[in-house]
Amino acid sequence: MIAFFVKRFFQAVVVMFIISLISFSIQDNLGDPLRELVGQAVSEEERQALREEMGLNDPFFVQYVRFAKKAVQGDLGDSYFFKKPAFEVIMKKLPATLELVFGATIIIILFSVPIGVYSAINPQSWFSKTVMGLSIVGISIPVFLTAIGLIYLFAIELNWLPSYGRGDTSNVMGWETGLLSADGLKHLILPSFTLASIMLPLFIRLIRAEMMEVLQSEYVKFAWAKGISPRRIYFVHALKNTMLPVITVGGVQIGTMVAYTILTETVFQWPGMGFLFLEAVNRVDTPLIVAYLIVVGAIFVVTNTLVDLIYGLVNPTVNLAGKK
Amino acid sequence: MSESTQNMEQPPTALQRFKASHFWHSFKVDRVAQLSFLIFLMYAVLAISASLIAPFDPYDASQIDIMNSEIPPSWEEGGEGNFLLGTDAQGRDMLSTILYGTRVSLMIGLCAVALQALLGIVIGLTAGYIGGRVDSFLMRIADIQLSFSTLMVAIIVLAVFQATFGTELYQQLAMIMLILVIGIAEWPQYARTIRASVLAEKKKEYVDAARVMGFGRLRIMFRHILPNTLSPILVISTVQIANAIISEASLSFLGLGMPVSQPSLGSLISSGFEYIFSGAWWITVIPGVVLIVLVLVMNLLGDWMRDVLNPKLYKG
Repeated sequence: MIAFFVKRFFQAVVVMFIISLISFSIQDNLGDPLRELVGQAVSEEERQALREEMGLNDPFFVQYVRFAKKAVQGDLGDSYFFKKPAFEVIMKKLPATLELVFGATIIIILFSVPIGVYSAINPQSWFSKTVMGLSIVGISIPVFLTAIGLIYLFAIELNWLPSYGRGDTSNVMGWETGLLSADGLKHLILPSFTLASIMLPLFIRLIRAEMMEVLQSEYVKFAWAKGISPRRIYFVHALKNTMLPVITVGGVQIGTMVAYTILTETVFQWPGMGFLFLEAVNRVDTPLIVAYLIVVGAIFVVTNTLVDLIYGLVNPTVNLAGKK
Repeated sequence: MSESTQNMEQPPTALQRFKASHFWHSFKVDRVAQLSFLIFLMYAVLAISASLIAPFDPYDASQIDIMNSEIPPSWEEGGEGNFLLGTDAQGRDMLSTILYGTRVSLMIGLCAVALQALLGIVIGLTAGYIGGRVDSFLMRIADIQLSFSTLMVAIIVLAVFQATFGTELYQQLAMIMLILVIGIAEWPQYARTIRASVLAEKKKEYVDAARVMGFGRLRIMFRHILPNTLSPILVISTVQIANAIISEASLSFLGLGMPVSQPSLGSLISSGFEYIFSGAWWITVIPGVVLIVLVLVMNLLGDWMRDVLNPKLYKG
């Protein structure tokens, strides 16, 4: 067990190391920090002296170690555009993105579990067949078209919901949240549904398939023979074993959702990390790009490692030695 | 004469074998698969012959007149007969741009998947056949790569390249970059599936026989095992093409893909998005529908193929 944990942890560290190496080489090759600092008017000798002083002529590895030392302390350099520490700028936008992911997760859970379970119990009903048909259509619609469609319908034609921004936000212990006001929640609806629409068909299909398999198993048949009420069988006995693989997939998909926030945030001009990242790319704001890379990389690595560890704890049949 | 000697005299041709197969039979009875295949063929033909049938050449600036911008489709009020689907904000004929755009989208999708398949097949075969440390190492890399979403990787790589090269040069290289990035990011999908089939095939007697006959590793891997892993490859390929087309469209929508001067369906939708609020819906909606139908058709074909070629997976 401990060997498995250590191995998993080690892998996470190696991946983080590779991400930092990539980030550093981007930082190193993209743009000239000197030009950002002093502009064009400085003579070549002075430039060379400054380069030497700042350590820009040092070997790659020495520079990397310096970068990594600072990065561990949360210092990723100042954003060229905001003139503030890049890490701070990213962290200020993080709540908006997390709230979006949170909203989408809630929607996915609220819809996928009942629909998936229902269509597993009644696979032949017209409702299940419609759901299965719609799910493949859902998979085929790119997320930005879902977003455009929703904006067109609910913001332009019906004028029920706002189409961009976060609305009112309030500050709760340094966390800028839009969850506490009606206006903020209203702004959250369309983006969350958009983000949820990517994963929803996938989860409905997954829950349906897993549930159908569980319903075929011996212990469920035994429960029927014992005369336990259908509701108890479906929701207590069968659902528990259905959710195990679903939770694993779900954990991994949270990382994917962070990636899709870039698209969602762009369409809805949601002031989160993804929107910020694209702006940074257009402005060639290298420290901000690097900071985003490291923060998002860390989110991926942490969620994946946690999911693996939890899965290892919950499911004893997983190969703990980590060997094939 | 007994039946067996008759068969000996006339071995079935490839076409006959295909006609007698389960694959062809289930295609004949499945309406959805037939319709999907037909639509896909239509897309392919239209895309290949885009330069012949399109009424205008959207890449040719001399044919574009800004005075013609934002003309609605011909059936709407204010539409003009010679612009069947209307024009976009730059005055380009929508029908022609969509035809060319479909060609770009399909080409990127197909090439990217071909690259994925090539990498995945080589790596998957190697990992599965050689096994041991090589296998563990390659599959660990595949795991790590899969844990990062393709879209994320693609966005970051393309964004960094765009920032390094500058927008101008980047636009010239956009198509190659898209193919490379989408192609490289998704190889683990293939590698894993092929490795699994190779592990199953490796134990079979024909592989032992080939080995005893003294064939080399490469020959056994590519000539003997590979043909027996083709059906899972076929299944993932259709779905992967659908995914690649969506990825390309998403990247182009973000402005990291094809430039407006040489638009794919994604960049067309992106350029129309600004105008949807002012009522010019067709610039976004028509290419959007074209894109959705293309992806849907690929997904339906993929679903059907998975059911047919993988009877073990098929559950009511």
